Amino acid sequence: MRKCSIDNINDVLKALSEKIPLYLPVDRLDGKATYQKYQEGKVWSNALNTERSAKDFFFPQMENLVEFKTQGKNVEVIDIRDEKQDFIIFGVRACDVKSFEILDRVFLSQPVDTFYKSRREHGIIFSLACSKPNETCFCSVFNIDATAPAGDVTLWKTETEVFFKANTEKGEKILSEIDSLTTECGEETVNEQREKTKKILSKLPLSDLDLTNFGVGKTKALFDSPLWKEMSSTCLGCGTCTFVCPTCQCYDIKEFKVGDKVTRFRCWDSCMYSDFTKMAHGNPRLTQAERFRQRFMHKLVYYPDNNDGLFSCVGCGRCLSKCPISMNIVKVIKRVGGKENE
Amino acid sequence: MSNNEVLIPTVGVITDVRRDTPDIKTFRVVTPNGVKPFEHKPGQCAMLSIPGVGEAMFSITSSPTNTEYMEFSIKKCGCVTEWLHSAEVGQQITIRGPYGKPFPVDDEFVGKDLLFVAGGVGLAPLRSVINYCRHYRERYGSIDIVYGSRSKDDLLDYKEIIDEWSNEEGVNVHLTIDNPQEGWDGHVGFVPNYVKELNFSTNKTAVLCGPPIMIKFTLEGLCSLGFDKTQIYTTLELRMKCGVGKCGRCNVGSKYVCKDGPVFRFDELDELPSEY
Repeated sequence: MRKCSIDNINDVLKALSEKIPLYLPVDRLDGKATYQKYQEGKVWSNALNTERSAKDFFFPQMENLVEFKTQGKNVEVIDIRDEKQDFIIFGVRACDVKSFEILDRVFLSQPVDTFYKSRREHGIIFSLACSKPNETCFCSVFNIDATAPAGDVTLWKTETEVFFKANTEKGEKILSEIDSLTTECGEETVNEQREKTKKILSKLPLSDLDLTNFGVGKTKALFDSPLWKEMSSTCLGCGTCTFVCPTCQCYDIKEFKVGDKVTRFRCWDSCMYSDFTKMAHGNPRLTQAERFRQRFMHKLVYYPDNNDGLFSCVGCGRCLSKCPISMNIVKVIKRVGGKENE
Repeated sequence: MSNNEVLIPTVGVITDVRRDTPDIKTFRVVTPNGVKPFEHKPGQCAMLSIPGVGEAMFSITSSPTNTEYMEFSIKKCGCVTEWLHSAEVGQQITIRGPYGKPFPVDDEFVGKDLLFVAGGVGLAPLRSVINYCRHYRERYGSIDIVYGSRSKDDLLDYKEIIDEWSNEEGVNVHLTIDNPQEGWDGHVGFVPNYVKELNFSTNKTAVLCGPPIMIKFTLEGLCSLGFDKTQIYTTLELRMKCGVGKCGRCNVGSKYVCKDGPVFRFDELDELPSEY
């Protein structure tokens, strides 16, 4: 393990970004933290997390897939994929790091999504341990250790210092390149912080969420619950929950045409939208109740069914703070899971 | 880039357009080099697109045993299909695939008496299986085909049915139309009722494809004759974008129609929510 003084973190960021483009959470004028490309003057945010998740780095909101040239009856397919360059994402929280594993299982399973894969291979992740989790955090429910996130390098930040620990070969290599800016150190301070944080985590209001009634094989027990209709009755179908969600991965493929050139792109889509499943001859999910059910059943039952019981939620809490009608996965877990005293 | 990317299609050329019914045309597709775009199994699908209009999933109606080209029977009912219906011979489109799990023609179907029940454009995916089973005739028992549509003019592949299927030993074709029509001396009535009237022996393996209402009542009819749901297959259709189980919209419960289907056995469907 190595460390540097918090006063020298800008030197570290500068040194890293001179080698490889580096993105880190920076406070916007409105106070929200967003990932921005590092350049001198950018200050590493102290916010608990970024407003949007880190999934954009590997699965951007919109990306071009392929181009076509059409002329008369002829069509030409133009592969526009380019070689990606290495980049660093600095300060990714444990929840978002876990979301990469959940997305990997979708995009890297056969047939591999090469757009996602090439970004993933070029991304170097500096994760950041949590020390002051929020009331809306519930990552521990999904067995995520917020005090020791994965990634190529794990960071711990205290009032005075930043600690670095490499977890992968990639991580070791990049840390060795900034050796002169850090010093070797013991793990005592980090362990102390971890113990303190673990105590806070165990006392968080959502830390005792019970997932027993969800997971593999629970479709039949939950699908016909009358609660889906009741709980979705105020849902606006705005899709905000899906856009801020680090694990939501549904996408649409669309095109635009300029002259004889057609660009086919993919963009995030939402199962909360009425036209998501609409076909020429009808729609299997006609009402918001069915779309609402799809979103939560996917995260809590269908995804686990296909992925060894892994839930497709990391407890980041973004949907809790963003939903305009204050509906969220926690309420669903409590009520549909049958654990809330009404 | 050396990696193959499934979302990037290749070019296909329409080399023949056959009008089957007032709203169904069958398109023959090859590559610009004049060969079949790719190999497939009966029941699998392909993504066809017209850049600038859109992309959609279609069942491959030609049999894998056809080594020269692929055929798609397409009903005019939306943006992409409407455009395709206006396309002429020589038009280039894009194609990618094959997608989905095929009918178990090389295992569960082997040695079985087969019963195919289709309604309207529902014959399109079954034609691939029927012609595959005809090609490897010795692998299967008897073949019964019940096919119905609104009228005589709405029967797909009528020429092939009459000239080839009906004349083949061990293949029994039972055609029906919904209402009496001049020039039609065959059976009149809905497919589910006809299937019950034909009173098939219950040792058959059945495959159903057609409008949801036809499937529902034919399934009930077969079960009342004594068929078990493990003997009956169908093929589902939901909206798709990627075709490979990633875009997230064609799921029925934990199963993706594009990847785990489109072919399902009815006992498998019983395990899934009825959201299709």
